[in-house]
Amino acid sequence: MKKLLIALMAAAAALSLAATAEAQEKLKACWVYTGPIGDFGYSYQHDQGRLDVEKALGDKVETAYLENVSEGPDADRAFERLAREGCKIIFGTSFGFMDPEVKVAKKFPDVKFEHATGYKTSDNLGIYNARFYEGRYILGQIAAKQSKSGVAGYIVSFPIPEVVMGINSFMLGAQSVNPDFKAKIVWVNSWFDPGKEADAAKALFDQGADIIVQHTDSTAALQVAEERGLQGFGQSSDMIKFAPKAQLTSLTDDWGPYYISRVKAVLDGTWKPGNVWLGIKDGAVKMAPYTNMPDDVKAMAQATEKKIADGWNPFTGPIAKQDGTPWLKDGEVADDATLLGMNFYVKGVDDKLPK
Amino acid sequence: MDITVNILLTIATAATPLLIAAIGELVVERSGVLNLGVEGMMIMGAVGGFSAGYLTGSPWIGLLAAIAMGAVFSLLFAIMTLSLATNQVATGLSLTLLGLGLSGMMGTSFVGQPGARLPNLDIPGLTAIPVIGRLLFGQDPIFYISIALTAGVMWFLFKTRTGLTLRSIGDSHTSAHALGIQVIRYRYLSVIFGGACAGLAGGHLSLVYTPQWVENMTAGRGWIALALVVFASWRPWRVLAGAYIFGAVWIGQLHAQAFGIPVPSQLLSSLPYLATIVVLVLISRNKRLTMMNTPASLGQPFVPDR
Repeated sequence: MKKLLIALMAAAAALSLAATAEAQEKLKACWVYTGPIGDFGYSYQHDQGRLDVEKALGDKVETAYLENVSEGPDADRAFERLAREGCKIIFGTSFGFMDPEVKVAKKFPDVKFEHATGYKTSDNLGIYNARFYEGRYILGQIAAKQSKSGVAGYIVSFPIPEVVMGINSFMLGAQSVNPDFKAKIVWVNSWFDPGKEADAAKALFDQGADIIVQHTDSTAALQVAEERGLQGFGQSSDMIKFAPKAQLTSLTDDWGPYYISRVKAVLDGTWKPGNVWLGIKDGAVKMAPYTNMPDDVKAMAQATEKKIADGWNPFTGPIAKQDGTPWLKDGEVADDATLLGMNFYVKGVDDKLPK
Repeated sequence: MDITVNILLTIATAATPLLIAAIGELVVERSGVLNLGVEGMMIMGAVGGFSAGYLTGSPWIGLLAAIAMGAVFSLLFAIMTLSLATNQVATGLSLTLLGLGLSGMMGTSFVGQPGARLPNLDIPGLTAIPVIGRLLFGQDPIFYISIALTAGVMWFLFKTRTGLTLRSIGDSHTSAHALGIQVIRYRYLSVIFGGACAGLAGGHLSLVYTPQWVENMTAGRGWIALALVVFASWRPWRVLAGAYIFGAVWIGQLHAQAFGIPVPSQLLSSLPYLATIVVLVLISRNKRLTMMNTPASLGQPFVPDR
C-alpha cells in the first residue's frame, strides 16, 4: 500500500521535475514527511517551514516533498529517489528515518542530508532537533494548577527517547507545583489516528483524569476535552479553533528560521553537518497564547517560560529515577546525550515503560 | 455505573463505522463482487461529509453528502469492473489509492477548520432515564442507522425474493444469467449500495467520531471492515458481533492501559485484531456452513455472451 503510494508520488515528483528542468541554477531543497501535510500537527508544521524557505529565498530555490512515507526500511527509496532527482539538500523529519538516511547519505556524498530528532551523523548528514521537553515542563506546571482531580491523562505514541523525555519533563513540572500529581499514560502505538486518539482521551477522562496531554499529532483529543467541558493542551500547531474553551496552551514548533538558514548555507557553500538542538530561546519551540486559566497560573507559566529562555534546564537536579535511585545531584544538569537516549522514567511516573 | 455507560457508549462509537462499511461490503460480496476499495470510498465519504457540513453549516447535509460521495465514487468501480470487466482486485486497490490521494487534495482547504458535529439524540424524558436512557436514546443518529441497516440487510438477504436472487447471482452468475436474471444490473446496485454505506461510515468519522478533516483519517478502518466480512463468513449478525468485539477490545485495551495494567502496550494494541479473528473463526468453524455462505463466484468477472 504505502509502497505504491510512494511510487506514485515519486512519479508525480518526477513529472514536476521534468517540467521545471528548464529553470536551471535553482537549488533544489527537499523534505520527507512521515505524516500527511494535512495532519495539522507535526508534518504540517515542517511543511510550513518549507513554505517559509520558498518565501524567504524566492527564485533561488525550488522545493519538493514526499509525504506519508512510512518509517523504517521503506523510507530508503524515498530518500534515494529525491537524491537522484537532483535534490541538493534533503530534510528527513522523523526519528524513524535515521537509518535509511544514514544509508542513502553514504551513497550520495554530494547531497546534503539533515535528520530531525535522531542521533547519527556523517560527513554529509547533520542532525537537528527541538527541545520540546522545555515546553512540556510548562504544560506540567499548568496541568497541576488547573487539575481538580490531580490526575492528567497522557496520550503517547511510541516509547522513543523523545517521548519518554517529554513525559519526564511534564511530570517534573507538575510535581514542582503538586508533589502528589499523577499522570495516567496510554500508548496508542501510532503518531496519527484521530479516532484512536479520541478513544484514548475518552478512556482517560472516564478514569478520572481532567486534563489531557498528548504526544500524538491530531486535534481529536482536544475536541473530546471541549465536548466534556474539561481541558487540555494542543500539540505542534495552535489548536485553539478546535477547542476554544478547552485549550490551555499549545506546544508548537517553528522550523522556518532553521530551514532558511540551512538552505542558505548550501547556497553560500558554507554548509557543514551540524548537531543543533533548538529550544524556546531560539524560537523553535513556541507556546501558543495561554488561555482559559486564571491570571496567577498564566503568570507562573510566563515566568517559567522566561526562566527557560534564559538558560535554565528543566532537567536540573535533584532528580531521582522511577525506582527511587538518585539520577541527578542537587544543581546537576542532565547532559544532552543522556536526554537524547532517555529510556527511563523519573520518580512519580505511574507507568511501566514498554520495551 | 457512569463509567460503564461511558465505556459502552465509546465502544458503540468505535464499532459503528466498521459495522456500516462492513455491512455494505457484505451485500457487494454476496452479489459476487469483491470491492477492495472500501478504504478509498470511506475516506471520500469523510471528506465529502465534512466539506458539505462545513460549507453549509448543517451536519445533516454533510451526512447526505457523505453517502452520495461514497455512492458516486463506487460507481467508478462498478463501471470498470462490471461494464468493462476489469480485474476486481486491482481495480479495488486502485480505488483505495485514488480515494486517499483525491480526498487529500479536495480537503486541503479544510485542514485545521473545526467542523459541524451531528448532535446526539435527545428525547425529553427518555434520554434522562438512568443508565439505559443514554444507551438507548442518547447516541448519535448514525448509531441507530447502523443497527437498522444490519437488521434491514438481514431481512433483505434472507427473507425476500430479491435477496435470494442477489445471493444466487453471487453463487453462480452464469446460472443466474441463464435464468434470465439481469446479473450486471443487480451487481451495479449492490456496488453502489456498498459505496453509499462506506461513504456513510466515512461521514461518521468526520461528523461524529472526530468532527474534523485530516488526511488519512480513516487510518485503515476500511481494511478492518473488509476483514470483518470474510471472518464473519458473510453473515450480517456475525459482522455486527465482529464489529462490536473489535470495538470492545479496542476500547478495553485503552482502559487497561490507563488503569495501569502491566502488559506491554504493543501487545494490547494488537489484541482487537487477534480477539476478533479468533472469535469469528470459532463461530464460523463449521466448514460446511461456511462453504455454503461463501459466494462461489466472488471476484470473478462476468461477461454475458450474446
